[in-house]
Amino acid sequence: MEDLTASEGVIVARLIRMDQTGHSTLAEWTRDDAAATEAAVAAFREQLDQGYYAVVSTGEGHAEQVRELPLDADLVILRRPIAGG
Amino acid sequence: MSTADAAAGAGGATRAAGAAGTGGAARGGAVLPETAAVYWRPRLDAERLRRRGWAWTATSLAHCVPFMATAVLMLALEPLAFPVAAIAVVHAWGIPALYANRGAGVVRARRRVGAGPERIALGLLGDLVGHEARALHARTGLMLERGTLGVWLVGEAGALLVRPGGRRVDCWCVRVDADLPSADRTAHLLLALREDEAGFATVANLAFSGAPWRLRRRLPAERRPALQVAVAAARA
Repeated sequence: MEDLTASEGVIVARLIRMDQTGHSTLAEWTRDDAAATEAAVAAFREQLDQGYYAVVSTGEGHAEQVRELPLDADLVILRRPIAGG
Repeated sequence: MSTADAAAGAGGATRAAGAAGTGGAARGGAVLPETAAVYWRPRLDAERLRRRGWAWTATSLAHCVPFMATAVLMLALEPLAFPVAAIAVVHAWGIPALYANRGAGVVRARRRVGAGPERIALGLLGDLVGHEARALHARTGLMLERGTLGVWLVGEAGALLVRPGGRRVDCWCVRVDADLPSADRTAHLLLALREDEAGFATVANLAFSGAPWRLRRRLPAERRPALQVAVAAARA
């Protein structure tokens, strides 16, 4: 996907989920690709329904939880809830 | 397509709000959803944290002083009772040491999953932080994060908070209920901390609060340099 970004000058956004494999890429989309965007939104909602939280890193030291897929974000990370140990 | 457009609009607005706040919006406005699970806990702030620290110190003294007083009294009444006095002194020393040991436990290494997932997870974690924090993590296994409450050292199942001035460190036990690579567990905690620092501290359980030197002795050797760096950062 980095090749696509470099060769075509298109920013490909990713929806990833932290899991046992390290992380899994659930969806990739560009603003111009309606089908990919719709698939990403569907995957996003499905993961939220399963109890994941979505986070967008907004620069070093800052992150923001999102409840709708921010299509202009480069990377959306899905995490599990935390709890006191 | 309408769904996507709606999402795009909402997402754009959210991003704009985050950018405007430069993280302050995220930390000051958004509340960590996990705080709902501990609704009875008051949301932590610097003042509450300071009071909890003093309460912790008072509790430690309440454990130690009676044992020390007993030791002194025994020796004053009957010097031959020194073995009993010695046992009392060991209790006075041992109880705070046990608490410090419990605090150090929050950043001890946990079980590893396969090398492949660990490597992938480490790559993602590395992308979230700067060079300095990445290098410290490679050396010590702890991720340094500066917050408004102090300087954090985030591990796999907890975090240390070195308060401004570097004279007190709090140990927070907090975990992710999933079988994940260690770097992913750290990333979970790091992201939650960045979303809402006060909420993170509210959700986490306080395992120890005291002087950094008391904790340092109980930390695994590879973790100690991280505490040293965090204390220096908190003093700066």
